[in-house]
Amino acid sequence: MSSESEPPPALRLENVSHTFTAGGRALRALEDISTRSARGAVTGVIGPDGAGKTTLLRLVAGLLRLQRGRLEVFGVDVARDPDGVRRRIGYMPQRFGLYEDLTVRENLDLYGKLQNVAPAERDARDRELLHMTGLGPFMNRLAGRLSGGMKQKLGLACTLVRVPMLLLLDEPTVGVDPVSRRELWEILAHLVHAERLTVILSTAYLDEAERCQRVLLLHQGRLVGAADPASFTAAAYGRSFHVSVSGLGKRQLQERIARVPGVIDATIQGAFVRVVTESGVQLTSVALPPKSGPLHILSVPPRFEDSFVTLLKSIRASSGSRPPVQPRGGAERAMRSAGATTARATRASGQDAVIIAEELTRRFGNFVAVDGVSFTVRRGEIFGLLGANGAGKSTTFRMLCGLLPASAGTLRVAGFDLRRAAASARGRIGYMAQKFSLYGDLSVLENLRFFASAYRLEGPRRRARISWAIEEFELAPRAQDVSRELPLGFKQRLGLACALMHEPDILFLDEPTSGIDPLARREFWWRINALAESGVTVLVTTHFMEEAEYCDRLAILAQGRVLARGDPESIKDRARSAARPEPTLEDAFIALLQAVPQPSAA
Amino acid sequence: MWRAIIALIVKELLAVLKDPRSRLVLVVPPLVQLIVFGYAATFDLNRVPIAVYNQDGSAASRELVARFLGAHVFRGLASLKSARRITPLIDAREVGLVLAIDRHFTGDLLTHRPAPVQLIVDGRDSNTALIILGYANSIITGFSLDWQRAHGGGAVPAVLDVRTRYNPQLSSRWFIVPGIVALLTQVVTLLVVGLSVARERELGTFDQLLVTPFRQVEILLGKGIPGLLIGTIEASATILVAVLWFHVPVRGSLVALYLGILLFVAAVIGIGLMISSIAVTQQQALLGAFLFMVPSIVLSGFATPIANMPPIIQALTWLNPMRHILVIVRGVFLQGATTGAFLPEYAVMAALAGSSLMAAGWLFRRRIY
Amino acid sequence: MSASLERLAGLLRKEALQIMRDPSALAIAFLLPAMLLVLFGYGVTLDPHNVPLAVVVERPDALTESFVAQLRGTSYFTPESFLSIQAADRALHSRQVSGIVWLRENFTRRVLSSGGAPIGVFVNGVDANTARLIEGYLQQVWAKWLVARGRSLGSARGLPIEVEPRVRFNPAVSSRDYLVPGLIALVMTLTGALLTSLVIAREWERGTLEALMATRATIQEILLAKLVPNFVLGMGGMLATLVLAVTLFGVPFRGSLLVLTGASALFLLAALGMGLLISSVARNQFVAGQIAVIATFLPAFILSGFVFDIGSMPWGIRLLTHIVAARYFVAILQSEFLAGNLWSVIAPNAVALCVMAVVFLGAARLRARKRLD
Repeated sequence: MSSESEPPPALRLENVSHTFTAGGRALRALEDISTRSARGAVTGVIGPDGAGKTTLLRLVAGLLRLQRGRLEVFGVDVARDPDGVRRRIGYMPQRFGLYEDLTVRENLDLYGKLQNVAPAERDARDRELLHMTGLGPFMNRLAGRLSGGMKQKLGLACTLVRVPMLLLLDEPTVGVDPVSRRELWEILAHLVHAERLTVILSTAYLDEAERCQRVLLLHQGRLVGAADPASFTAAAYGRSFHVSVSGLGKRQLQERIARVPGVIDATIQGAFVRVVTESGVQLTSVALPPKSGPLHILSVPPRFEDSFVTLLKSIRASSGSRPPVQPRGGAERAMRSAGATTARATRASGQDAVIIAEELTRRFGNFVAVDGVSFTVRRGEIFGLLGANGAGKSTTFRMLCGLLPASAGTLRVAGFDLRRAAASARGRIGYMAQKFSLYGDLSVLENLRFFASAYRLEGPRRRARISWAIEEFELAPRAQDVSRELPLGFKQRLGLACALMHEPDILFLDEPTSGIDPLARREFWWRINALAESGVTVLVTTHFMEEAEYCDRLAILAQGRVLARGDPESIKDRARSAARPEPTLEDAFIALLQAVPQPSAA
Repeated sequence: MWRAIIALIVKELLAVLKDPRSRLVLVVPPLVQLIVFGYAATFDLNRVPIAVYNQDGSAASRELVARFLGAHVFRGLASLKSARRITPLIDAREVGLVLAIDRHFTGDLLTHRPAPVQLIVDGRDSNTALIILGYANSIITGFSLDWQRAHGGGAVPAVLDVRTRYNPQLSSRWFIVPGIVALLTQVVTLLVVGLSVARERELGTFDQLLVTPFRQVEILLGKGIPGLLIGTIEASATILVAVLWFHVPVRGSLVALYLGILLFVAAVIGIGLMISSIAVTQQQALLGAFLFMVPSIVLSGFATPIANMPPIIQALTWLNPMRHILVIVRGVFLQGATTGAFLPEYAVMAALAGSSLMAAGWLFRRRIY
Repeated sequence: MSASLERLAGLLRKEALQIMRDPSALAIAFLLPAMLLVLFGYGVTLDPHNVPLAVVVERPDALTESFVAQLRGTSYFTPESFLSIQAADRALHSRQVSGIVWLRENFTRRVLSSGGAPIGVFVNGVDANTARLIEGYLQQVWAKWLVARGRSLGSARGLPIEVEPRVRFNPAVSSRDYLVPGLIALVMTLTGALLTSLVIAREWERGTLEALMATRATIQEILLAKLVPNFVLGMGGMLATLVLAVTLFGVPFRGSLLVLTGASALFLLAALGMGLLISSVARNQFVAGQIAVIATFLPAFILSGFVFDIGSMPWGIRLLTHIVAARYFVAILQSEFLAGNLWSVIAPNAVALCVMAVVFLGAARLRARKRLD
């Protein structure tokens, strides 16, 4: 393969298609993909869940039979010589492929032997890897007891025990805190630089695209774009803006801007509304209420996501489905029916706290998962609990919902401790869990009916709410389908519909948009915004920094404690420095986390 | 309250019936067990191959041999000419019995000396050996009595006049098949109930349930009542098969039977919910169910009599709901018993159901997080 | 890729560590076998003894007393006197007694005059097997009584034929001696098929198999690494059962350890093959567990001759038992323990086990691929 002429590329795909059959139905996972990746570069395979990322990586690793097309790794045909391909690659599957009941050292030893690393070299290599990943102090800890970030690094170390020519990483950054994410990227950059490694990784985080040398954009099994990230974003130059108006809430402003023709995307980012327009569109035509101040428009550099959303919208428009980002009548009706005016009035004057946590603590044996967490959430507010896996946000969340008793401290939700209060008190809250936990065997309609009964709806109101849900969330076309088989975005809409069935005062959302595509995420936040405007209090946990921008206020958790509390802008202020005048929320988060001493090996 | 519970029950039934895996649990194990236990689990002997080593050769000995060969339990495989072949035949398990008749057989008979007949059986399967000996003995006794009557030796002073109650053909199937009613009801109910909470926990829907205004009692009822329905239906289906396919008679009161089944299912549900509330994953629940099921079946009297067990273990079987339902099922099927006969069984099962459900409720509260 | 001892050693170490750290593996490998052993060693026996028997003697005298004494003299029965046949019948119906012996008012008179006086016997036939055994015991008692009576009258007026039963291998006809050896087949099925299929299914579920497949480890190495630890566990289970059976339960062992080990190894290979085969079909623990119990554990229990006599099953089921590996193994086990090295039993069954091991392992190897689809 080291021929004198041009060496073959690290990866070459020609007309690769892949179909799964499940329950008699054929499912197109990949459709006619042709591309190539250069050596010594990081290629990102980017797309929402179900786009075909994992299938693509598994095909490259020879773990799935190549059904159609041609696939070569460094000139080696996967179909003909899968073992030859395996000798050239290192592959880390989703969830890192670690043996959780083996220690860090045992995992490393195992993969070292499996990759035939000579015992003499192994020690040196292990030391190098441990140094690189910082796992040294945790050698004898079971892999299952590591934090998400440490697991990710161990998984990576296991694939690197012998330096491969091609490193394949499937969603290496899922469930990992921003600091660990950033560290992973630093390690990868180092490897590519120092060892001339070629890397292909998949991710659902669009902001990671900008760190790749080349991006393969997958959507519903199709390759909708393949280029370097800069050329993606270049197309959006001069079309991205930060908009704000004094005297008008960001959510109202966002709603008004989104209605302007030619606006592709309007999202909330801290105090601003971030707007992406078609080229040549003027934003001055935004209808403003009489008392508000003038429109501040600031041109900003485009992000990768801007171009992705533009691309997705053009795909949707050409396939004839509705443009989803516009606020729709339904949301407005819901807003009005819930008495938006009164709600806004209370919000303006209202400092009445709906959720109170004071010195909330939860211990599991010797381990303190949540350590004296305090915060309050006011009516009509969107409050975010931010933190990596294991930071204590899920534990806090579960205590607030009454799913877990607190070891110490007080908590009040709408005046109740939900764990002790009468069952009827729970009728005031709505809950949507991670992964949209609905009954997968039941149809959409059966799920709706069940939750209507669960929330004690009867007679005409029950009927009215069920038909409201079907209409508002556009569930009608698949109302009879078994919900397990729905696409993720649809499931998420159904989950929200069920949580809102009884018009709750308080809405608990646990990682509500993980894995869904950016358009569906925008649509989701439109609804949440409308609800908050109508006076519903929303508590949301997330590790998406971008989502945190939607929140009115945040609490950032790390190791069970509140690191910072406040609105997104004030948190960003903490990381503002001369070197970084415009920090993102992620920058702020990382700065805060790095100020905390890292846990030692216990 | 009831409207909400009904919604829970409907949801639970839909979930069980729509999930291919749960359907599998409902259909495959019962079917396999019905066939296997109904046909294979029998202690009755049938056409056991025997060998005859007849050194006598007179009319009397031939008559005795003919009686052996004519019995439906035996089937002549070989007639031996030499004693040397006896052991290899038994050792290789080719025959279950060797009938060896002494050279002086007729002579002894005529001179009123005890005429020796050897029965050589294979003790590796002790139960079969005993049954074979029993059959052989009664054939020989019958022959003896007839011989005496015919040769004027005077009658024996007394004879056994054996009658069998409730199961005149002494068919093992009549014993085993009603037992399957209890067995299948237990297996299916335990799996359905035991796995349901664990499954919801794995999928995250259990949290979703707990944040709705359902009370714990309602959730317990919502989990328990579908189990009661499914268990009772399963039991009824098995009863139908037992009567229509295996032709086992039902002589007693169906009220007594169903009262027992309801209490039994309730007790099993309590145990299932206990397993369910301890287990975190479905796999743990499955293992838990298995760990409960094996001793509960072995120590129920399903195949091996409780009366033969050591006293301590016999006492232990009182805690086993299956022991009690087996008494009721067999009592109603074969003995024609009515409700009044089973008051102790009902009481014990009700107590077991009550305490296991209460324990499940308590564990439930402890484990809700 | 060529085989590598290095890789195999790494995989083996991993499997061993995992089994030792996984409570459910330990439960299947140790807790369940121990439970079965205790249940079958102590709890389960088919031999009735001290059977409660109602005795109704309508006119007691020396003659009836001699019969009752004969009943009392055996360990089979605990006779209990009842005043009337009605009372005894009620006791039979409510299962207080398992049988009734009824000597009517005219019993002595008929014995002394014409002879042939009927001894009424009623047995609860619900449990047909026990009923038959009770009947057999009563016949023995009766025959002994006849002989004893003949002797007391100075003439050999017993039955004209004297039956000499000779029970080969198990003269005490103890059912424990025949049940406990068969347990080894059950224990090995648990570790061989159930545990193996569960362990592999768990690797599917956790995505670790995917990571293994992308390494240089060959499929032979991966399979071999799954086989060896479970093989060791299974053989360990066999040895432990053997030791306990002989020391704790006093079951004789008349064969040779070598033959037993060889046969066990063959059976275990077949069971492991089934376990691998199951896990190639079922990629989650729930389904794998279900299939393993229905396809291996239940047949090993019911269709192997462990408890129920295969020869007496209907022909369809009998045919089915030929594909149950445990059947061949149970036959060898029972002979090895109670009879000794009987090559007429060992040879054909060992050949059958060989064939099954080859078939199952071969099928498992053919189905196994270093791929996910």
